[in-house]
Amino acid sequence: MLTFVVRRVALMIPTLVMISIVTFVIIQLPPGDFLTTYVTNLSAQGEQVDPAEVAALRARYGLDEPLPTQYLTWIWGIISDGDFGRSFEWNRPVSGMIADRLPLTIVFMAATVVFTWIIAFPIGLYSAIRQYSITDYVATTIGFLGLAIPNFLLALALMWVGLNVFGQSSVGGLFSPEYQDAAWNLGKVLDLMGHLWVPMVVLGTAGTAGLIRILRANLLDELRKPYVVAARARGMPEPRLLLRYPMRVALNPFVSTIGWVLPVLIGGEVIVSSVLSLETTGPLLLSSLRSQDMYLAGSIILLVSVMTVVGTLISDLLLAWLDPRIRHRLA
Amino acid sequence: MSRSDVLLDVQGLKTHFTTDDGVVRAVDGMDLSISRGRTTCLVGESGCGKSITARSILQLIDPPGRIAAGRIWWHGGEETAEPTDLAALDPRGARMRAMRGADISMIFQEPMAAFSPMYTVGDHLVEAIQLHLPLSRKDATEKAVHLLGRVGIPRPDQRMHAYPFQLSGGMCQRVMIAMALACEPSLLIADEPTTALDVTTQARILDLLTELQDDTGMAMLFITHDLGVVAEIADDVSVMYLGTVVEEGSVTDVFDSPRHPYTQALIASVPRMGSRGDRARRLAAIEGIVPHPLQRPAGCPFHTRCHALIGDVCHERLPDLHSVDGGQLARCHLYDESVVDPGAGRAQLPLLPAAPVVTGDRPQPAPEDDRAPVLEVRDLTMHYPVKRGLLNRTVGHVRAVDGVSLAIQPGETLGLVGESGCGKTTLGRAIVRAIAPTSGQITYRGDNGAVDLAGLPDSELRGYRGQIRMIFQDPFSSLNPRMTLLQLLAEPFRNPALRRDRIDSEMEQRVADMLARVGLRPEYMRRYPHAFSGGQRQRVNIARALITTPRLVVADEAVSALDVSVRAQILNLLADLRDEYHLTYLFISHDLSVVEHLCDRVAVMYLGKIVETTTTAQLFDTPRHPYTEALLSAVPVADPHRRANRRGTRLSDDLPDPSAAPPGCSFHTRCPYVRADRCGTEVPLLRGVGTDHAVACHHAEALTLRGTTSTISTPN
Amino acid sequence: MSRPSDVDQVPPSASEPRGGEPDAELAVASQRTLVWRALRRHKLAMAGLVVTCLLYLVAIFADFLAPYDPNDINADYAFAPPQQLHIVDTSGDEWDWGLYVNGYEQTRDPETLALTFREDPSVKVPVEFLARGPEYELFGLISTNIHLIGPADPDGPPMYLLGASRTGHDQLSRILHGARISMSIGLVGLAMAFTLGVVLGGVSGYFGGKADAVIQRLVEFFMSVPAIPLWLGLAAALPRDWGPLQRYLAITVILSIINWTDLARVVRGRFLALRGEDFVTAAYLDGIRQRRIIGRHMLPSFASHLIAAMTLSIPAMILAETSLSFLGLGLRPPTISWGVLLSDVDVRALETAPWLLLPGVAVVVAVLAINFLGDGLRDAADPYQS
Repeated sequence: MLTFVVRRVALMIPTLVMISIVTFVIIQLPPGDFLTTYVTNLSAQGEQVDPAEVAALRARYGLDEPLPTQYLTWIWGIISDGDFGRSFEWNRPVSGMIADRLPLTIVFMAATVVFTWIIAFPIGLYSAIRQYSITDYVATTIGFLGLAIPNFLLALALMWVGLNVFGQSSVGGLFSPEYQDAAWNLGKVLDLMGHLWVPMVVLGTAGTAGLIRILRANLLDELRKPYVVAARARGMPEPRLLLRYPMRVALNPFVSTIGWVLPVLIGGEVIVSSVLSLETTGPLLLSSLRSQDMYLAGSIILLVSVMTVVGTLISDLLLAWLDPRIRHRLA
Repeated sequence: MSRSDVLLDVQGLKTHFTTDDGVVRAVDGMDLSISRGRTTCLVGESGCGKSITARSILQLIDPPGRIAAGRIWWHGGEETAEPTDLAALDPRGARMRAMRGADISMIFQEPMAAFSPMYTVGDHLVEAIQLHLPLSRKDATEKAVHLLGRVGIPRPDQRMHAYPFQLSGGMCQRVMIAMALACEPSLLIADEPTTALDVTTQARILDLLTELQDDTGMAMLFITHDLGVVAEIADDVSVMYLGTVVEEGSVTDVFDSPRHPYTQALIASVPRMGSRGDRARRLAAIEGIVPHPLQRPAGCPFHTRCHALIGDVCHERLPDLHSVDGGQLARCHLYDESVVDPGAGRAQLPLLPAAPVVTGDRPQPAPEDDRAPVLEVRDLTMHYPVKRGLLNRTVGHVRAVDGVSLAIQPGETLGLVGESGCGKTTLGRAIVRAIAPTSGQITYRGDNGAVDLAGLPDSELRGYRGQIRMIFQDPFSSLNPRMTLLQLLAEPFRNPALRRDRIDSEMEQRVADMLARVGLRPEYMRRYPHAFSGGQRQRVNIARALITTPRLVVADEAVSALDVSVRAQILNLLADLRDEYHLTYLFISHDLSVVEHLCDRVAVMYLGKIVETTTTAQLFDTPRHPYTEALLSAVPVADPHRRANRRGTRLSDDLPDPSAAPPGCSFHTRCPYVRADRCGTEVPLLRGVGTDHAVACHHAEALTLRGTTSTISTPN
Repeated sequence: MSRPSDVDQVPPSASEPRGGEPDAELAVASQRTLVWRALRRHKLAMAGLVVTCLLYLVAIFADFLAPYDPNDINADYAFAPPQQLHIVDTSGDEWDWGLYVNGYEQTRDPETLALTFREDPSVKVPVEFLARGPEYELFGLISTNIHLIGPADPDGPPMYLLGASRTGHDQLSRILHGARISMSIGLVGLAMAFTLGVVLGGVSGYFGGKADAVIQRLVEFFMSVPAIPLWLGLAAALPRDWGPLQRYLAITVILSIINWTDLARVVRGRFLALRGEDFVTAAYLDGIRQRRIIGRHMLPSFASHLIAAMTLSIPAMILAETSLSFLGLGLRPPTISWGVLLSDVDVRALETAPWLLLPGVAVVVAVLAINFLGDGLRDAADPYQS
């Protein structure tokens, strides 16, 4: 098991390096470096630019060096003191801006993953056991729809429903106006809970639909396995048999969800949060991309990518811990 | 038998499956009674409904299947209790559940697949015990360890923590038996429990089952397609054909004087140990194949293949089970006095028409020194690296083939036998150069002199592809389903060395002739493989191998996937073609009776090495290697009278890990004659110990080993 | 009672199943026939196939089907709501056949100055099939002004069956034209993903070894990177002065960069599985060239799986384009795609003009139809499994 963990972690490193290179390339893609954009922006606003300050920044980020050196400077800045660069649009260090929004993003995502599990598990289970029942057909249909409706469309549709059915309700945002700038207290937490469900539904639908389909298919496969018949022939009661045998194997997708749902969620989060105007990293990423504020954008991309890779790692390790076959094959 | 002896009585059972194509009557009017303490064998070819019958008894039929009619009377309750009709119980109800595993237990064909890979065998066992017995976890664990010991698992307390995939098939089957015995059932249903196992393991499992039965007095319903196993283990026999019993009686009655034409033909189509050396002898094969249950013939279901038809009544009316001479029952109009005139004397089953003996000159292989061998393999090795660890380093090698030398004379058929995993298939594939060997020589003597195939590149090998051909085991996966027979058979001529790129009329004629030669209609050449049964596909495989008129054919388990009756047809075909085309065969098989029937010489393989090679007669009469003796004694013989005197050598334990072969003689860990000197330290070399007899054993001269010398009693 | 002695006169070598002679037609059925048979049984897939074909027909004949040029604007009718198409004229005392829509009555809110529309039952705008409208060139060749449906008088009051946009575009015409980009971007992206996936997956699966290891790492990398941020990043980095065609091509490239990994995995997996199949070994032992082993024996064995996998990846491309364009990072006006149309929707539009969401319905229908078709193809792909 230890070998497996070490090996799996070792395999992660090249992926991380690749991600950082791709991010760096994305940052460098738009014409001009960020300092020229910065200077242009300031000049456009009629402000005076201090050439000494520009020169200092230029030196600090090594903008006159060749690209590989710039990359190393950039990545070393991130690793050594969390310096992700500066956002020229906001004229603030990127790290601070992300730190403001990251916790809420993580809460949002974690809540969505849990939501996905809670909804998908019973539906998938029931769908497989009562194959071709009405419930199964309904679940299958919802599954298809969930995968076919783009996130933002669902968000828009929910907003429209909110407007027309519930009047001018506060669909969108994560806090009611009175809590917006309040300090954290119980009321604010409850308020957050009250607001979180809409984005959760929107964001979780595609994942839930996918998970239902996978769980149903896996369970159906497992239910036909000889060991199920064998257990039944030993007189095992049906509910216990289901939960103990096929379910145990079919649970694997739930664990690996973290691996494949995270990229989907992170992507969807950008869109959903923008539509519903949540105070997470998503809208920040979008606005920075629109204005080609590349250090901010690149840093967010880098961070969410790293989160995905770490999530995949965790799910792989969990899987190995849960499934003796994987554990023994890879040990 | 008296009424009180009956434990389970199945009457008129019908289990049907509703499919898109119609209702499949898998079991259709099944009668079966099982007596207390006795072993009843249910025998028949695949698709005849044996397993469905067994599962119906425990109500384990999954939709779309259902029990459509019939009663299953269980007399296993209290002495005074009324019998229970199992077929009337709710399949998901508490009463049925309480019976399963407690009164009636079941073991399955694929022991590994019958365990969930997520739990240890101990978990399974403890759970099974606690299901029906009010024991604490500690007591249940204790009982589980005890049970594992009882079914012959060494170090049971350690094995409790093993996962099923860490055990061999034989071990898994033992654990399954332990589980089945946990609640001391009155009836054990064994559904082909040894079919997936090696012959040596099979022998030990059969011994174990017999021994446990003697101890506990339970009855056993043993389902198998192997008549040898039936003769070995049965007290009573029921022969099934297309969902119904065609004959039932005691094992000796059924084997000595089969009454139903099907039983008669089935027994005759099994190659029997001892039938060696006579190249003119053919097997009596039943014609055709078992029809699909959807195309069940009207009247007697067997009439389409029967050699003893009486007349129209066979086509029109389903016969009843008739008692014959107070012995067994047979479902045949021959014994129906309303059909056959009783005045004309007692009905006699006509003899099975003897398979036509091919007359004329059946060539015998040339004597050894006469000509140089067609194929000479020297020191051939095939090693596969084993990768492990952090950096995926090669930590060792699986020595699938480890220094094999052998020679095949022109016209000779060499049998290669051994347990699964011994490397015989790898050796075969290396010889046809489907894979490149690690080292060694493969010298082939063709028309243009000798050449070493071992090191040739693909481009040069092409020149020999037409001369050395291969017949595969699986008739389904070895034919490209997307090509017609014509395309498949013309494919070898696409070989650049043969330069025949177009399918012209000459090629079509050639394919047509070849198809006719292997017993298929030439007009079938435009059909795709999916239109053919397993036996027919194997004919296509043979045709493809022979269409290039090869000199050497490697047949890898060519008949192992086939049913008994079809297997006989294919064996006859292979023998006929050998004589007609003067072929040289390397016949790889795990089935010693087939090898004895077909081969002139035999090589025995163990863990990548050849341990004994000699003529068929010498090998079977006077084996010189302990492993050969063990193999021979493990083969079940289709003769119930020879049961008592053949409890011979049994091999301990399973095949060692081929990546870590034992030092010295690789067989010494399992050898019953192992000695302290040399066996564990010195690798024995293959050496001559008599005329045309080589063996790799240090102590071959000092051992007296048993062959299969006793003569067989022929039915009819 | 005579014994039919001639029954067994067939020589033993010619033994055939006398009971179940297989259906002769089925016996000579090729793989394509078998797949088609299986697919025809799959009702949802057939429905998907029909809808998909219809959508592509719409894309081809959008000019003809649309009543207006999608770029025509009529500022007088900004945010005009959909009109009901009347088939029966009941406005008079008796009823009469006749196609017409009611004209709009415009009122301006005195406070907000917002223009609101109401259908005016007294005004009838006659509508006819094969009406004359704006000129267009069918297939870029034939110049004509015939449209499937339109107001009888091209210079009279307009007809907005699905309402009008913020600037007074006809929403119906724009949705029909949007099908061109939205439905084709999946295909073009797929063609690129296919090339990448099949070549890399094939090399990886057939040759194995070092090439396999490198390509596998690459696939793993692409699969572990969250796709949408990567798209966003790449799309945002596109130069702003690129024209519609350049952007279109760039976006397809970006989409295919993400999607080739799935195809590569399918191809590799199949190659690996097939390499071990007996019939491939048999073909090798026939001594035929490697080219033919791959082309005649291996490729056809998974071509149907590949087609199914490809079909199933089109919806992902459509969804991705829609999302990117919606966010303003993909295609941009004046290009018309469903995503571009949806980018008009904001909270205000939701309140006043919910019909602007209709392109979303088109997206869902298209994605569902292709998904159904793909699922059916996947199930039918291996007709030889029993």
